[in-house]
Amino acid sequence: MSIDMEQFHQVFFEESFEGLDIMESGLLNLDLGDVDDEDINTIFRAAHSIKGGSGTFGFTAVSDFTHVMETLLDEMRDGRRLVAQQVVDVLLGSVDCLKEMLIAIQDGNDIDNSSVTEYQKALEIELNGNKEDAGAESVNNKSAEEYVEQTSVKNENEQGWNITFRPHNHLLKTGNDPVRMFRELAELGVLKSTVDFKDVPDFFDLDPEESHLSWKLKVVGDIPEIEINEIFDWVEGDSDLAILPLIEKNIETPIKTSPQVQKTITPQQTETNNKPEEENSFKAETEIKSDTKKKSKKRAKETANTSSSIRVDTGKIDTLINMVGELVITQSMLSLVGESFELSKLDQLKNGLSQLERHTRELQESVMNIRMLPISFVFSRFPRLVHDLSTKLEKKIELVLVGENTEVDKTVVELLSDPLVHLVRNSLDHGIEMPADRSAAGKPETGTITLEAYHRGGNIVIEVRDDGKGLNKDILKAKAVEKGLIDEDAVLTDKQIYELIFMAGFSTAEKVTDVSGRGVGMDVVRRNIQSLGGNIEITSELGQGSTIAIHLPLTLAILDGQSIAVGDERFIIPLGAIVESINISEEMINRVVGKGETFRLRDEYLPVVRMHDIFDVKTVKATKLTEGLVVVVDGHGMRCGLFIDDLLGQQQVVIKSLEANYRKVDGVSGATILGDGSVALILDIPGLVRLSNQ
Amino acid sequence: MTTENNQMVGDIGTKVEQFLTFELADEAYGVDILKVQEIRGWESVRKIPNTPDYIKGALNLRGSIVPIVDLRERFGMEKTDYSPVTIVIVLCVNNLHGENVMGIVADAVSDVLDIKIADIKESPKLGSKIDIRYIRGMYVGEKKMVMLLDTDKLLDSEEFEGISNS
Repeated sequence: MSIDMEQFHQVFFEESFEGLDIMESGLLNLDLGDVDDEDINTIFRAAHSIKGGSGTFGFTAVSDFTHVMETLLDEMRDGRRLVAQQVVDVLLGSVDCLKEMLIAIQDGNDIDNSSVTEYQKALEIELNGNKEDAGAESVNNKSAEEYVEQTSVKNENEQGWNITFRPHNHLLKTGNDPVRMFRELAELGVLKSTVDFKDVPDFFDLDPEESHLSWKLKVVGDIPEIEINEIFDWVEGDSDLAILPLIEKNIETPIKTSPQVQKTITPQQTETNNKPEEENSFKAETEIKSDTKKKSKKRAKETANTSSSIRVDTGKIDTLINMVGELVITQSMLSLVGESFELSKLDQLKNGLSQLERHTRELQESVMNIRMLPISFVFSRFPRLVHDLSTKLEKKIELVLVGENTEVDKTVVELLSDPLVHLVRNSLDHGIEMPADRSAAGKPETGTITLEAYHRGGNIVIEVRDDGKGLNKDILKAKAVEKGLIDEDAVLTDKQIYELIFMAGFSTAEKVTDVSGRGVGMDVVRRNIQSLGGNIEITSELGQGSTIAIHLPLTLAILDGQSIAVGDERFIIPLGAIVESINISEEMINRVVGKGETFRLRDEYLPVVRMHDIFDVKTVKATKLTEGLVVVVDGHGMRCGLFIDDLLGQQQVVIKSLEANYRKVDGVSGATILGDGSVALILDIPGLVRLSNQ
Repeated sequence: MTTENNQMVGDIGTKVEQFLTFELADEAYGVDILKVQEIRGWESVRKIPNTPDYIKGALNLRGSIVPIVDLRERFGMEKTDYSPVTIVIVLCVNNLHGENVMGIVADAVSDVLDIKIADIKESPKLGSKIDIRYIRGMYVGEKKMVMLLDTDKLLDSEEFEGISNS
């Protein structure tokens, strides 16, 4: 009877990734001077669950690695180790490494052993380094004698532990298996065990579910006590346990004495001792990081295809269930009315129908709500990013997150993260000045980057604000001229100048760093945002900072649409794209030979797109521009007029994919189902505008 | 090549597969019944602009948008008007993009046939209106000859020619 463990893997990965996120944010929130025990406990618990899970599923590489982390965390938890920046950095690096390992396992790839060993080494250096430090310090401190002894013990030949383990009778019922524990012990070092079965009762009195054995165990090897303790962690309450070191002169267990040791060390001493190492390990750290960065890029593509799941607040589901209940009640009421309908019941019917409508709408809203995730899913990665980058760039930066609970569609959340990372990196690298420059400019040394999300109308707005040096319009313009993107004597509005940075190949950074400055990026950012149906705009004040605002539609699944008639066909134009609809007169029309038609709208000339022609629809009605209707639409800042037969009604439409069963069609962004059950196509306005401007 | 084929036939020769047969310009065609999702009467569809003529348009099938292909036009046969017996066979096909649902328009549905794999003959290289790629094989029944279609290839949207954005 074997259970297929594969089915649990997905859950394990999800939980582990969540655990890693918890660890990461926990580590970043650690207040170095004054550490809250609960914070460390949270991190420790997350690490422990990952270790447990990976052990269960046989991902030994992961569990071994986590084990080393856990050892380090345990020391922090017991107060045996000061929480220094350096330790936190190493742990953060290890969290990354764990993530890589888990992703590799999930994708069925081999784990990159080189980076794992590198991190493991870094962790072990931390672990052992601490001991050496403590040993060195304890020379100054008489009360720490035991510690010295413990370190010196390490150099003797026979190291190890004597363990007396006498489980209580009910141990097996608690789900603990001594055999498993011994196996783990044997992995730590050479294990010798002697079983004492004098307590075993007569065969006839024997209850096979009870344990009557006791063991004397001897493990030889250089094993930290915590590792031993950990194995017996679960059975401590259910057994008599004595763990003694092999060498007798180590009278007291170091665990008990060490907190005192640590307390008596003055902070300055630790600092001086740690310094050289700190620099070294930091260098190593950055090397590793740049290496893993390349890999994660490669991986991003591979993981794009994996199935995704969503965690929904139970509250939302409860509302949904309530709503369905209401709907069922309304339905049964209506069918009651319908059973024997007479005209006197007309009011009842009308009431019922309006109730039905209300419930359906509410149901729709709450179903859509399920797809909504708080934007903190995206924001949560930024503290880490800012932390890492600001250290690297030697800038002082504070990150402020506002409106983290603003809810956005899941698709938006997923696609938003890369553009935002790019914008924040830009702000860090180009926006915020070096501390010295800042104080010279009369600003506080620490720069602030604010990430804010809020709702406005049917849109969600996400702002990346910094109080850095702002954009210099003159430099921007000069650069654009130099790159041949604009003419020297072109007159540009402020907005148009800021728009320049979205052009491909445009970078004002004097120096290309590996953070940003290659000039690819902003154009990609804009394209990504536009593909989500949003737009992006910049405001900036020289010396005061810049703000980049991203406007996105709330949801991608439903839109307000205007249905139009072209011949016998029905199309939907997203309402947001429509500027106005006009009847045009002959004198407004301007025909350009070989270039099609344009018309004058106030002081602008706009191209006309004849929908009949580009969609090849037969029409009997309008062939002259003056006879039909022109809808002026705006797609990403460019406008054009769509020539159609008629405007029909407005309605909310649910967007359905045409690509799911077919393929992308030019000029069409999707399909929807009209009230009568027939299909209507939704126009891809930006695509059509582009087409018309060619 | 031939020895290999014989071997395969030996292994699966006794296996029986079911095919749904339908009529198209008085000829019988068959598709693997496991691919068939449903059969429905013809109803008007929404035309998709800039697509080949044989793609009649898109249909709302309980909330998903399903493209409909007219097989007569696809195979270059003579067009006929759609009548009350004209049917749409909704098929679920697998291709590079994953699973697609598409409908084909046929004159009428005939029968479900149990066909032994061994009885499926290789289709003749010549004299067929249909590109040989789309044919899985021929089956000679008691009354008629049935041409068995490979729906996965036939309804691969990559195969549709004349689509503007490729």
